[in-house]
Amino acid sequence: MTGYIRKDKRKGIRNVIAVAYLVECAHHVAEQIVRQTDSEALPVHLIGFGGCAPNAYAQRMMERLCTHPNVGGVVIVSLGCENFLRDQLLEVVKASGREAALIVIQEDGGTHASISRGVEAVKAMTPAVQAVPKVELHWQELCIGTVCGGSDACSGITANPAVGRTFDQLVDAGATCIFEEPGELIGCEAMLRERGITADVGQQLYECIHKADIYYKKMGHDSFSQGNAEGGLTTIEEKSLGSYAKSGSRDINGLIRPGEIPVTLGREGGLYMMDVVPDGEARWGFPNVSDTAEIVEMMASGCHMVLYTTGRGSVAGSAIAPVIKVCSNPITYERLNEDMDLNAGRIISKGATIGEISVELLHLIEQVAEGQMTKSEALGHREFFLGYKEFCRK
Amino acid sequence: MQLICLNPNDNVAVALCDLKAGQKATLTDGRKLTVLEDTGFGHKVAVSAIAQGEKVLKYGLPIGSATRNIVAGEHVHVQNMKSDYIWRPDR
Repeated sequence: MTGYIRKDKRKGIRNVIAVAYLVECAHHVAEQIVRQTDSEALPVHLIGFGGCAPNAYAQRMMERLCTHPNVGGVVIVSLGCENFLRDQLLEVVKASGREAALIVIQEDGGTHASISRGVEAVKAMTPAVQAVPKVELHWQELCIGTVCGGSDACSGITANPAVGRTFDQLVDAGATCIFEEPGELIGCEAMLRERGITADVGQQLYECIHKADIYYKKMGHDSFSQGNAEGGLTTIEEKSLGSYAKSGSRDINGLIRPGEIPVTLGREGGLYMMDVVPDGEARWGFPNVSDTAEIVEMMASGCHMVLYTTGRGSVAGSAIAPVIKVCSNPITYERLNEDMDLNAGRIISKGATIGEISVELLHLIEQVAEGQMTKSEALGHREFFLGYKEFCRK
Repeated sequence: MQLICLNPNDNVAVALCDLKAGQKATLTDGRKLTVLEDTGFGHKVAVSAIAQGEKVLKYGLPIGSATRNIVAGEHVHVQNMKSDYIWRPDR
């Protein structure tokens, strides 16, 4: 495999320019800059934070996303009076060696002038971004995340165990893998504790599930329903294991917060769990309002691509990082064929084994890392969502 | 294959389609198992005898324990197994 080598030594599997708005008021200007500059030769992706009030989490997330290995340059679009620390973001991007430009709408003269300046900024940095050299890319330098969305009765028996098997192979090859959503792992905390690489990590994993349990109960979210039992699930631990299966079976190196880069990244890799539930009082609403918010957090922690298992059939992709759709249900696969990258439902319909699907997935990951477009990329999906949160630990 | 064993150590398999009582179903490893009761898609069937109190294993992991002796081919659900889950916050 080969990757784009950045000046901060990180390697990307895509080479894109990000246009980042820092408040919803700057969204339109940023979007117009993207529309006028995006091309096959150099994709220009839109990301941003809609909030005006300050939030350390959102600031850190944007800093991480703007210095993601797949990003070669950033045009920051500020309205001017929002609370986001735009100069700090600009400095972080510059310090990473990436191309950077800042547009401030209130200073640059309104909509048209700001769009023009933004378009010029993209054009000005294009040669430098296109000149980023490609070098050999090893499994040890790849970071892969997984999320599930639109799960059904098939997810826990096909796509999720297949992703888990692939995660084992990736970890064994030295890659970094991240799984998440403690709220979907309630009942698995004792097993997670056993898998912690140290007793301390095990205890952190355990307590993170406890926090999620309390938080989700406050949100009025109950874990086990009558519908689950009708579908054949008997216990809470069984239900959670359907999601847990994505994590595979290897030791868990650590618990990370969104935007935290796994400490061993680029050296020895390994498996990490992401704690997506805010610390402290439940005052930020649902931890992740959509699957897209989960993908964004995975990217902020350095994921080059995300494996997305679905039974009912999501079509979402992502800005910045490719999303591989692993479909758990053979009927959904037929119906949403154009959106699905891999049919794990063949375990049900064609007698394929979990092992066979996991090997196919590993090959697909390699091809996507090499530049092959995923279905959602080819269809132009570039969903992005970033909301408010708060964590005690960075 | 009509019954998938998610891990070689499991004592239950998951029905990949609706199964009828008396039906001989094929397991992941090619073995045949006579299903003793109607079992719906996504539900579990015992692939070996499970004694009362023994752990029910799926994904190679315990999902609860048997509340009575279960024979191979039986439908495994709320009528013969229960959750072992008790939240023990130890801080």
